[in-house]
Amino acid sequence: MSQRNDFPGSNGPGRMFGRVALVGTAVLYLAVFLLLPLITVFVQALAKGLGPYWQALADSDALSAMRMTLTVAAISVPLNTVFGTAAAWVISKYEFRGKGFLLTLIDLPFAVSPVIAGLIFVLIFGARGWLGPWLSEHEFRVIFALPGMVLATTFITFPFIARELIPLMQAQGRDDEEAALSLGAGGWRIFRVVTLPNVRWGMLYGILLCNARAMGEFGAVSVVSGHIRGVTNTLPLHVQILYDEYNFVGAFATASLLAMLAIVTLGLKSLLESRHPELRGRQVGDANPRLRPADDK
Amino acid sequence: MNVDDAESLAKPRRHQILPGFGLTMGYTITYLSLLVLIPLAAAFVNAGKLPLGQWLHVLLAPRVLAAFRLSITASLIAALVNSVFGLLIAWVLVRYEFPGRRLLDALVDLPFALPTAVAGIALTTLYAPNGWIGRFLEPLGIQVAFTPLGVIVALAFIGLPFVVRTLQPVLADLDEDLERAAETLGARPVLVFRRIIFPALLPALITGTAMAFSRALGEYGSVIFIAGNIPMVSEIVPLVIMTKLEQFQYVEAAVVAVFMLLLSFAMMFVINGAQLALQRRHQAKQ
Repeated sequence: MSQRNDFPGSNGPGRMFGRVALVGTAVLYLAVFLLLPLITVFVQALAKGLGPYWQALADSDALSAMRMTLTVAAISVPLNTVFGTAAAWVISKYEFRGKGFLLTLIDLPFAVSPVIAGLIFVLIFGARGWLGPWLSEHEFRVIFALPGMVLATTFITFPFIARELIPLMQAQGRDDEEAALSLGAGGWRIFRVVTLPNVRWGMLYGILLCNARAMGEFGAVSVVSGHIRGVTNTLPLHVQILYDEYNFVGAFATASLLAMLAIVTLGLKSLLESRHPELRGRQVGDANPRLRPADDK
Repeated sequence: MNVDDAESLAKPRRHQILPGFGLTMGYTITYLSLLVLIPLAAAFVNAGKLPLGQWLHVLLAPRVLAAFRLSITASLIAALVNSVFGLLIAWVLVRYEFPGRRLLDALVDLPFALPTAVAGIALTTLYAPNGWIGRFLEPLGIQVAFTPLGVIVALAFIGLPFVVRTLQPVLADLDEDLERAAETLGARPVLVFRRIIFPALLPALITGTAMAFSRALGEYGSVIFIAGNIPMVSEIVPLVIMTKLEQFQYVEAAVVAVFMLLLSFAMMFVINGAQLALQRRHQAKQ
């Protein structure tokens, strides 16, 4: 990484000017297109001072939206963590046919629009869906209730942790595990004592990204929630309701919480990347770069 | 033959020695089916309830057609904008050292981390005629908020990290000796870029741009606030699906969704193909 500078003898005035122009354009673009929206959120939230800001956050609908957001994430993220671990184990520790196909299927939710992710669960569990009549007979609500929101969120964040763990566990191979096996350890013990300590930072990294997306998901949850105030509202949906009512301070105050979540996530992500460089560039949000050589077997 | 190869020849290939294959495979397949495959199949089955002739009727309805035209054009323009500025930003972040570089690098991920609804209302406020940016554009006769231009702005916001993050590792791996050699032979920087750097980056650039395009096609949260959602003018396809759903037109919603899914899966093929080409090039080099 030390080789960041230009070629030797390239410090002519023209080259210098070119470099300043390039860096300047990049900084300006990022400042206007990314930083300014972030700043706007806080400026608008505090436009009328701290009083109305706190009031908007202490509102009972806002509090119930916070609870809902935390509840959904608290169910979806562990579900996907367990799945991601199982999928990574299967893909990295064994040889079998159709591995590439399985990887593609795991990636599938990344290619699906959030609205469609919500739609498919309405088609199954909605009043006119496949299981709709049966569900209403048993007075169990999925759509316009917590289970539907958990399903939609879990679908959207499905690949995050698997995508993080698979390349990591592939790169580590299975020699350590096989050594433990030859010493008489059982499967569960091998995982806990040998595998888990090796991948814990990668797992944390995946959980971090998965959680940010789970708490911030809007489209999919919007379809299945029914926007029932104080009942099935998450923070992003609460933002929309307030904004549509022209309650801008309230909308941006709620949005500022989510923006802080984003900032904390990015901060922790950078911290993890600087401590564990092997995590860097492995996965970017919901992109699915298969650029990792270890993937291709 | 390198050491790894020798080793793998010496040891017999071991398969399925570790315990837990049945459990983890079973769990993976079951969870994947219940949560992803069966629900996705529901869209296809529902759409299949409509005869094929009716499909065209749904898809060619003027409002749906206009939405597809907008979604595809806006996503394409946004992806192209991202490819240009993403390349520039990736280049600057990898090749130059300057104060604040690490902060800027972390900032690139903001569109991934910031919930789309938050991005949506922030962008709308910025580009509204009285907003910080909108007020400078209004005297020029440019209106961004509540027009198709607003859709492009939102999609350009969402897609930037895809291009930057796909290019960065490739740029970092680029062999600078080639550039130096070309320079020694008298090539001007523009020529070096065009003949040496750009071809090496092209597969990654295509991959990143295709990812940005694919994400933009399905994007909902950041767009609906700034678009104004005027039917025939600034209404995107995901919103059309949403509207049909709210009117309980399940089958029609499913038809539009299936068409979109097919489009997304086709994009996935393109992306995977480009990535495979990228990998081959990478391996050929080693």
